Amino acid sequence: MDLRAFQDIVHKTRDLRRTQTLPKFSPADRDTLIRKYHPDYRERAYRPIQFGPNAGDRTVRELACLLEGESPVPADLPLTPDQTADVLVVGGGGAGCAAALHAHGKGAKVILATKLRLADSNSVMAQGGMQVAIAPDDSPVQHFLDTLKGGHLKNDHQLLKVMVEEGPTIAKWLVDLGVLFDRDADGNLQVKKGGGSSKPRLLTCSDYTGLEIMRVLKDEVLNQKIPLLEFSAAVELLSDGQGACTGAVFQDLDNKRFVLVAAKAVILATGGIGRLHIQGFPTSNHYGATGDGLALAYRMGAPLVQIDTFQYHPSGAVYPEQLVGQLVTEGIRSEGGHLVNVKGERFVNELDTRDVVSSSIILECEEGRGVRTASGREGVWLDTPLIEVEQGEGALEKHFPAMVRQYERYGVNIRKDPVLIYPTLHYQNGGVKIDVNGETPVKNLFVAGETSGGLHGRNRLMGNSLLDLMVFGKRAGLTAADRAKSMQQGTLTLAHLDQFRAEARKHGVSNQITSPMILPAYTRTPT
Amino acid sequence: MAKAEFDTENVIDQEEVLRPKMVTVEIAGKTHQVPDGITLMKALWYTGHEVIRGAGCLGGFCGACAAYYRTKHDPKVKTCLACSTAVEDGMSFSLVPPFPARKATYNLSELKDPKQDLFELYPEAPLCRNCNACTEACPQNIDVREGVWRAVFGDFKAVSEMFMDCVMCGLCVPVCIADIAPNLVAVYASRAQGVHYTEKPKGLFKRIEEIQDGQYQEDWDRILRMSDEELQTASANIK
Repeated sequence: MDLRAFQDIVHKTRDLRRTQTLPKFSPADRDTLIRKYHPDYRERAYRPIQFGPNAGDRTVRELACLLEGESPVPADLPLTPDQTADVLVVGGGGAGCAAALHAHGKGAKVILATKLRLADSNSVMAQGGMQVAIAPDDSPVQHFLDTLKGGHLKNDHQLLKVMVEEGPTIAKWLVDLGVLFDRDADGNLQVKKGGGSSKPRLLTCSDYTGLEIMRVLKDEVLNQKIPLLEFSAAVELLSDGQGACTGAVFQDLDNKRFVLVAAKAVILATGGIGRLHIQGFPTSNHYGATGDGLALAYRMGAPLVQIDTFQYHPSGAVYPEQLVGQLVTEGIRSEGGHLVNVKGERFVNELDTRDVVSSSIILECEEGRGVRTASGREGVWLDTPLIEVEQGEGALEKHFPAMVRQYERYGVNIRKDPVLIYPTLHYQNGGVKIDVNGETPVKNLFVAGETSGGLHGRNRLMGNSLLDLMVFGKRAGLTAADRAKSMQQGTLTLAHLDQFRAEARKHGVSNQITSPMILPAYTRTPT
Repeated sequence: MAKAEFDTENVIDQEEVLRPKMVTVEIAGKTHQVPDGITLMKALWYTGHEVIRGAGCLGGFCGACAAYYRTKHDPKVKTCLACSTAVEDGMSFSLVPPFPARKATYNLSELKDPKQDLFELYPEAPLCRNCNACTEACPQNIDVREGVWRAVFGDFKAVSEMFMDCVMCGLCVPVCIADIAPNLVAVYASRAQGVHYTEKPKGLFKRIEEIQDGQYQEDWDRILRMSDEELQTASANIK
């Protein structure tokens, strides 16, 4: 059938749909739906991890292989440091920059290392906004409860309380650095409503929130002259032989040489895992999102939590083919955009949590009410023209300039036509276990941002990631800087790696992949 | 996700997928055959290029994959982001290496008069000769030249609004005959606008005080003692 004919169904049913209100599912129905259709419940995609701190725990096969993988570092690597720091930050996204700036502000000698460029990250792509409970009728306690509900009550209460309570202070820090959040007529920060939230709580910079924050943080890291190690991938941590972290080994991506950095404290802020393409899903993540920090921390003995759960963002682009996997901002649904099946019917309350909405889309497609592309993908419609019907002409260009541009490049006018979407691998809900200061059970090893786990439970609420990054990046940075003042640099050994390799042999694990992956293998080799 | 076979119900006709067509493109001076319509970035991977510098978010937000391209028979060399531009037959393209632009360093909160300080930090900014090459080079369709002038005239608010789309690809920099780095000038002006010329958000400050004064302590004490069942009810009933 012609694309136009499918789209006409959406146009013809718009007026009828505008009169409908779809109730949210009951807690029991949500559970049933998720268990049946959410990718987290596809048994075949999972297996137990064979050894290490999480031996016996289930996770997706792609991650299990990565955690059990072989380090590229030879056992006899000379352990003379090339550089030294009080605080070594690994990762140049939101959490890394927040950690580096705060540690530097406390007087610590900081090195920020990143495998691509400073600020290359998922943070830069965050479109939806940052949740902070600042509206007069809102409170940190309500933010806590909403997040808990979204996370199926599996969130770490202490981490969550810290995040929601420090949200306003972090917003002030960003405002003081010059981040231009959208404002109300009275000059206050404007708040928008996000999926799964009971109150409007999203701070935004149109649909460029992450980009604006990262432009500012990158500029500030450069202004503060924090030493950088760019295009250097962390490939192993260093330990003192007694279980504490003392630095990291990097591989310079230009000349492939190993670079050793001795540090009193290490903060891993390496981001997410989307480029592992778990269960074959396309991903919204950036090029370097290969879960490096999980593998490094795991080999060092740091336990992981909730690594059996991932977030599949409901609105990944499906058509045109060039956009597959890329995110279509949730803001469209926040502003009232409908999800519509091939028959022109709505099927879920669009503002429900991401796991519920994604499961509903998968259900529609599995039951044959999706629209399929000739390349074998399928999806449902997101009714973008509805936004202008409701809010007047120009509303999309005003509130969603990035999305208008995203589609315009391929000749699709989202003001006139709906777009096809399907869940895309978006976020790693779990990660390395941390305390309220971002420290792992491994002494002097901190983790912040998406690499850490526990805060979001089994489903992260929209807009909580940017806040998570900033709050725990800050706390890890401050705590690490404080720690560094009162201690000596420990010795550099690979004792943990020797032990890890012995464990692998003991469990008969061989033919391991090289881990971390560093970059996905997209380059085609001639056949 | 890709299925080898499927029924034809609910399927959009897509010529390019039903009959995959190969096109000829020139990548950094060498001719290759690639599937029509894939992105420039995918064409690089398809032809065996290993991309380290030059790939970032892959979603059009980070500016890592700035590229020059030219279409068949057209003498005009244009700019784009390689992750979000499709190849076509006869196209020539190359990724653009990072340009060694000078970034001024400053402590924004300590500046007394940021609109005047611009001329100290970026003395080349007022030397724009209006050639408009920066605007033509912008893959985000920002009126860069106008933005530089607005910055020079102190209209930082306009600069911040015009450059909200800026992905810092830096394509405006090498084309400037006055050696201005418009994107860096814009970051400075936008941040200065935020730090010095934007109203302080009173509601935010009030909330910070409320938290510091322990206004939510009672609620916390109540909530943190709850069992999972009670929390479930409390979070379900929240309005």
